[in-house]
Amino acid sequence: MDNMVKVFERPRSLTDAQFSYCPGCHHGLVTRIIAHTIDELGIQDRAVVVTPVGCSVIMYEWFRCDGIQAAHGRACAVATGIKRVNPNLIVFTYQGDGDLAAIGTAESIHAANRGENITVVFINNQIYGMTGGQMAPTTVVGQRTTSCPNGRNAQIAGYPIRFAEVIAQLDAPVYVTRQALYDQKRIMAASRAIKKAFQCQVEGRGYSLVEILTNCPTNWRMSPVEANSHLMNEVIRTFPLGDFVDRD
Amino acid sequence: MAEAAIRAGCRAYFGYPITPQNEILEYMAGHIPAVGGAFIQAESEIAAINMCYGASAAGVRTMTSSSSPGISLKMEGISYLAGADLPCVIINVARGGPGLGNIAPAQGDYFQATKGGGHGDYRMIVLGPATIAEAIELVMLAFDLADKYRVPVMVLSDGMLGQMMEPIMLPEPVDPTLLPAKPWALSGARGRDPNVVTSYFIDPGDLNRINTQRQSRYHQIEENEIRYRETETSDATIIIVAYGAVARIARTVVVMARSQGIKLGLVQPITLWPFPYAPLRALSSQVNTILTVEMSAGQMVEDVRLAVADRAKTPFYGELGGLVPTPKDILREVKRNVS
Repeated sequence: MDNMVKVFERPRSLTDAQFSYCPGCHHGLVTRIIAHTIDELGIQDRAVVVTPVGCSVIMYEWFRCDGIQAAHGRACAVATGIKRVNPNLIVFTYQGDGDLAAIGTAESIHAANRGENITVVFINNQIYGMTGGQMAPTTVVGQRTTSCPNGRNAQIAGYPIRFAEVIAQLDAPVYVTRQALYDQKRIMAASRAIKKAFQCQVEGRGYSLVEILTNCPTNWRMSPVEANSHLMNEVIRTFPLGDFVDRD
Repeated sequence: MAEAAIRAGCRAYFGYPITPQNEILEYMAGHIPAVGGAFIQAESEIAAINMCYGASAAGVRTMTSSSSPGISLKMEGISYLAGADLPCVIINVARGGPGLGNIAPAQGDYFQATKGGGHGDYRMIVLGPATIAEAIELVMLAFDLADKYRVPVMVLSDGMLGQMMEPIMLPEPVDPTLLPAKPWALSGARGRDPNVVTSYFIDPGDLNRINTQRQSRYHQIEENEIRYRETETSDATIIIVAYGAVARIARTVVVMARSQGIKLGLVQPITLWPFPYAPLRALSSQVNTILTVEMSAGQMVEDVRLAVADRAKTPFYGELGGLVPTPKDILREVKRNVS
């Protein structure tokens, strides 16, 4: 056993507390990738997580770094306040589609437009998870939810918002990308994107947004495998992957 | 008031333009960066109060200001500040309401300021200045009380004070680096366990415990921090209770009434929460009448009546819509209640 090498372990930036996510949900993956990134960049003692309202509201119990809970939609304003008075901190928000792209649209756009030196991780699972599966601003046309039981009707509810593309229209953001996690290749790419977004902040370059297409097997009423196939075959037709802004 | 905030050690200001308090935003835009502080003209009052929430959590003395409709928007954030035990100073240069109302002085925000406004079981210290000198003194005090009790503190001013000029003595500036440390603040988990700032406690037992502890802090505030000013009350048979700009006008009324042989006194509550119930209760057995005067349809008068009960008559005189009562108007009401 002496010659065994440990090749995989819990990131040091995670506590021992158990995640409260549903089985098969991508939230756990993203949380882990962020913790791994914090380890790699050696910023655990400077990091501050701004948690949203939603399934990841108690994220501050999982990260071994300072944390603050923000009112629904207000995470980017809270992050702005922290970063402006202590620029040495590495401040990131973790927000769902309802939080970032509905109730918090103004705060999200204006923090980006000011070029706040923060990192925004945007979880786009096209549904309101914690409240039980209602329509989100990102719900794709035709998708059934508890508040559009016959499927999203664009005549009534409009079309899903492509938030990364909206943010990419602004002059200030330095890195804006959309990633997914439905297979190993995508997970690796998303990990690189998250690391790059945090690096932008560490280097003082400005605002970055990583939108991640994620699943919600529970509220989509799908198995995790079906949910991943749905992402790969259906959702990316509405939400194309790739970098939208990558300024040097 | 903006200069007083800087002298109190405020190093973060976030606001949004609204009349009649734009002068604070404009003053801060130039002056707070000059002392190394943070200034942002936010996209909304909601964003501004949430920037305060972040900056305060990071351990810095923080302020926002607005006027009535904008204060309504800040109520969500104020509830979160209270729930997360964060100090913050909020100036309300109140104007006529409800709705868009107008930009004239009014006191229709008393209920909102002193009885909640936002959701949940919380209290906010509310200070009511009657002159610019008092406003400066109370802004300095607001930062100290906010830090001492870890609560949001509102300075409830009005459009009259907000737009007036008078000579004042500015206090000596506080060096923010010499203020007591905030070990709970977000500063990076270096050599210590992570700090968490939250108002979220999913377990009812936990929330009950946290809320009960907070209530006991509120009781301490009620015991230690009640402030009010009495004028000519010792031999008075009738007393006016008024705060803010109306208290200032009532001081003139006391002089006018006394010159006509009416034994009029004045009680000016300075802390609107905690309200000076006990002193009013004590005076109520000495006088016949306690007349409350407000620029509202009658809000503080409910607290006066709670204090006085049926020990004295408690009439009310109010002007609505941004009209300011003149000394003559108030004296007329005094005379009506003496005869």
